[in-house]
Amino acid sequence: MSSNHKRLSMGGRIDREQPVEFTFDGRKLIGYRGDTLASALLANGVTLVGRSFKYHRPRGIFSAGPEEPNALVTLATAGRRQPNLPATTLELADGMVAESQNRWPSLAFDVQSANGLLAPFLSAGFYYKTFMGPTRRAWMFYEHFIRKAAGLGRADTDLDSDRYDISHAFADVAIIGGGPAGLSAARAAAAAGARVALIEQDFLLGGQLLAEPSDSAAAAWLRQAEAELESSEPVTLMKRTTAFGIYDGNVIGLVEQCDPGNPLLAGEARQTFTMLRVRSIVFATGAIERPMVFSNNDRPGVMLASAARTYLNRFAVLPGKKIIVGTGNDGAWRAAFDLADAGAEVTIADVRAAPPTALATEAGRLGVMVRVATRVVDVRRGHAVRRATLNGPDGQSEAACDLVCVSGGWSPTVHLTSHLGVKPEYRDDIGGFVPGAFAADRFGAGSMMGIYSTTDAIEDGHRAGTAAASFCGKSAPVPAPSKLDLGETATVPFREIPSLGRGKAFVDFQMDVTTGDIELAHREGYESVEHLKRYTTLGMGTEQGKTSNFAALAAMAALRNATIPETGATTFRPPYTPVAIGALAGRAIGHHFKPIRRTPMHDWHMANGAEMLEVGLWMRPYFYRQSGLDVNDAYVAEMRNVRQAAGLMDISTLGKIDVQGPDAAIFLDRIYANGFAKLPVGRARYGVMLRDDGIVFDDGTTTRLAENRFFMTTSTAKAADVLSRLEFLLDTAWPDLRVTVTSVSDEWAAMSVAGPKSRAILSAAFPALDVSDAALAHMGLLESEWQGRALRILRLSYSGERAYEIYVGATAGQQLWSRLLEAGGPLDLKPYGVEALGALRVEKGHVAGPEIDGRTTLDDLGLGRMAGKRAGFVGDLLRRRPAFQAPDRQRLVGLECIEEGKRLRGGAILFLPGEKPYGHGRGRVTSVTFSPERGHYVGLALLAGDVASEGSEVVAVYPMKAETVRARIVSPVFLDPQGERLHG
Amino acid sequence: MLRIECPCCGLRDHDEFRYGGDASVTRPAHDDPDPEAWYRYVYVRANPAGLHREFWQHVIGCRQWLVVERDTRNHAIASVELARQLSARKSPARKPPA
Ligand SMILES: [Zn+2]
Repeated sequence: MSSNHKRLSMGGRIDREQPVEFTFDGRKLIGYRGDTLASALLANGVTLVGRSFKYHRPRGIFSAGPEEPNALVTLATAGRRQPNLPATTLELADGMVAESQNRWPSLAFDVQSANGLLAPFLSAGFYYKTFMGPTRRAWMFYEHFIRKAAGLGRADTDLDSDRYDISHAFADVAIIGGGPAGLSAARAAAAAGARVALIEQDFLLGGQLLAEPSDSAAAAWLRQAEAELESSEPVTLMKRTTAFGIYDGNVIGLVEQCDPGNPLLAGEARQTFTMLRVRSIVFATGAIERPMVFSNNDRPGVMLASAARTYLNRFAVLPGKKIIVGTGNDGAWRAAFDLADAGAEVTIADVRAAPPTALATEAGRLGVMVRVATRVVDVRRGHAVRRATLNGPDGQSEAACDLVCVSGGWSPTVHLTSHLGVKPEYRDDIGGFVPGAFAADRFGAGSMMGIYSTTDAIEDGHRAGTAAASFCGKSAPVPAPSKLDLGETATVPFREIPSLGRGKAFVDFQMDVTTGDIELAHREGYESVEHLKRYTTLGMGTEQGKTSNFAALAAMAALRNATIPETGATTFRPPYTPVAIGALAGRAIGHHFKPIRRTPMHDWHMANGAEMLEVGLWMRPYFYRQSGLDVNDAYVAEMRNVRQAAGLMDISTLGKIDVQGPDAAIFLDRIYANGFAKLPVGRARYGVMLRDDGIVFDDGTTTRLAENRFFMTTSTAKAADVLSRLEFLLDTAWPDLRVTVTSVSDEWAAMSVAGPKSRAILSAAFPALDVSDAALAHMGLLESEWQGRALRILRLSYSGERAYEIYVGATAGQQLWSRLLEAGGPLDLKPYGVEALGALRVEKGHVAGPEIDGRTTLDDLGLGRMAGKRAGFVGDLLRRRPAFQAPDRQRLVGLECIEEGKRLRGGAILFLPGEKPYGHGRGRVTSVTFSPERGHYVGLALLAGDVASEGSEVVAVYPMKAETVRARIVSPVFLDPQGERLHG
Repeated sequence: MLRIECPCCGLRDHDEFRYGGDASVTRPAHDDPDPEAWYRYVYVRANPAGLHREFWQHVIGCRQWLVVERDTRNHAIASVELARQLSARKSPARKPPA
């Protein structure tokens, strides 16, 4: 067979000068620029393109657009696989490698088409019954086989090697759909003065006009409209772009395919996901032709009439030579005439008894045979149709054919309008659903509103475009649209009647749902559309039942003896067509998945053996590899060094807030549970904030820099929340307080020097500063400069040792860090990481994130005395509610492991000795560490107050590792209860 | 995506904002000693199907707290005001604290 033997020598919108090479299932084929994969396959006589989802039935090309349920292929090139792509929307590209799906070992000979024999097993409700009934166990056994047999294309398990971009766009008016209505709307809106984005999923503008002959008046109209829009400055033409979802705030999700004619350069995006924000939207999304339901209507060689006309006139492919056109409306006759004109032998089988005489006359002129009151009831043969059975006034007869074109009428494309909850409404006069009432900024135009004649659609688009622009305040005078009359006659709806053939009659081709399945669903009581859909999986395929929806409704309505509106309409949800996850992610993958925050000393950590840990967005040193073999080794060594000499810790991640204003002290008094008004200038204080409900919110240290100025630190994790909360209170609750709060977190590098030798190290590092205890007492502040940058030294301790927090202008952070290590080297100053930091505070009994977990109160944490008898601070009243005082309320205790060689684990559940370890227990271990001081594991825990007597035992159960450990309840302060080391 | 017309910065996507809860409840004075008043403020919500006043903060922007009137049925935003202006209007005569 010669290549392109079904291609006509003339006509079409393909470029015969630009051949395009591609392969399908390993076969090298040639198409032309302007082809889709589907049109190129048809031109080459390839009719068998895939196998169906459940029954592995042979399938061909059914449509010429995104509604394609059958011809789904996988593109597989150079280590990448994109499954389930409709061949009908794939713009043919040089080197395209396409594969058919769901077949083994080959497309023509598929072992599992025997699945047809298992059909009863795979019928509607199969999944429901199997999961819920007594056959649940059987499912376990069969699942593997069934999953392997039923399915679509296989996804790739490797990383997606393609690039994707995300972009943001803005316009006044978005027009979705570039058919006659959309083009006319774009022209009108632009003339009115609006910025217009015209979105078209195809690589050509024109919509249904592309199905008209390329030398027709329609083609001339299209050329003129396109030229006009291309030269119109406020119009952005977005071809190859699908509007897949409409979101709140008039945000439209778009995916643009790259032009296969321009090969991608390295790093260029294959698809671009655009969030388009507009002020008004015109939906000109067109309509989708419906199939007819008869036996074996899914066979290759059965095709929508409009698709056959598109293949003929747009792609110059004559898909059949002996064609039967089954229909009940006038539109399909136009396809029949064009096909006959191109040389095919055509028979029309119209279900109507008396089609319009004008059509019959034209049929006679073109030699098209017409059989009225006749319908197709069956087709024969597996891989391509050979015969069709027609049922007419004289009974059944068979007719030879190689193509059966069908048209069950048209369904307006109401998917996008449904996305924001506009319910489709049934219109009896057109026999289809149109969108219900729109919001003021939304407009519909053309066949998606049930306006099927081109003349009217152009008028309607003009009206909608003008109105949409006017909604944006753009009302310049708009010249009348240029007219186009294709002489279409009204599409009269006809009611689908149940199949008369014997074989399976498909409603949803992609999901293999038959009329039999719908009958079964009806028999078993799943009559509502939403139940029908779930029970049969109708419309759940990748094309969301674009062709099947109406036929299914009609079938169910017939079974229920109800009208279609009584039967209901399903809800469509985004995406309109499948979207690659990669496109939504754009470049935010791998390393760029989320931002990374680095401290000013980050490079030093990296260069000096730090094992880093992600803490929220921050990268922090976890431990330093030179401290030990692994984290457990290292943190204990780092702890010991802090307790015996001194350690240096990067604490730049702390939240830092500058609080200023005449009422700053009053403000702090209200937001902290403990008082700040009397804090002297130059002194720091540890403070705890509560939420309004009385639960502890965050803790930190605040220093009074001046009468009306404070420097607040927050925990790393809560930095953003605290600032936002302070702003909230100032903006909404206390606008009378003259206070401003400003984040200065990134302005300061911060480091802590902790340990008995810390003062000596400071003296060495800052020879010009007086850091004696007289000049810098515990909780004192020293302000100065270092290398021309602001310097603040606070004498604070988190570890329980004498310690200093040093803040310096961020750009000098790394320099000062190095300087401290240099000066402290002879005194054994070594850096330590967050694991040692956590261990040091546990040993000292300080609470942190694991204890301040959004469930604990001041009293729970043993901090009740901080508030004392104060009143009027945030959370005061509700912290005192009776439930928080219950005797079994879980309170902070210390635990020490009393079993030799065993350890405590954070998250362990606490039980009393002898108690059955079941349920939530009496409490939980929150933080643990090995204590070098004590020589065993110690931990902090929250334990029911009525059983938490010091000295008694509990059992810590850790089911994840099947561990049970005995522990003794002790004071949470394991080290230096008198706090003498602070001054050591 | 919601788009909120910030009085300072103009129309912006909701991911520049932080949601701050119901703005129709009245916060008791900071020293209000009535636990019931605090209980109602913290826990009692009307949850209307329709217009709802709520706090949003323009965190990636001017950082102002806003009061947004949003229809919970269709996310249409009826008004956006600076919370500070509204709260100042509510208690205009309050004496500055000593
Ligand atoms: Zn703003």
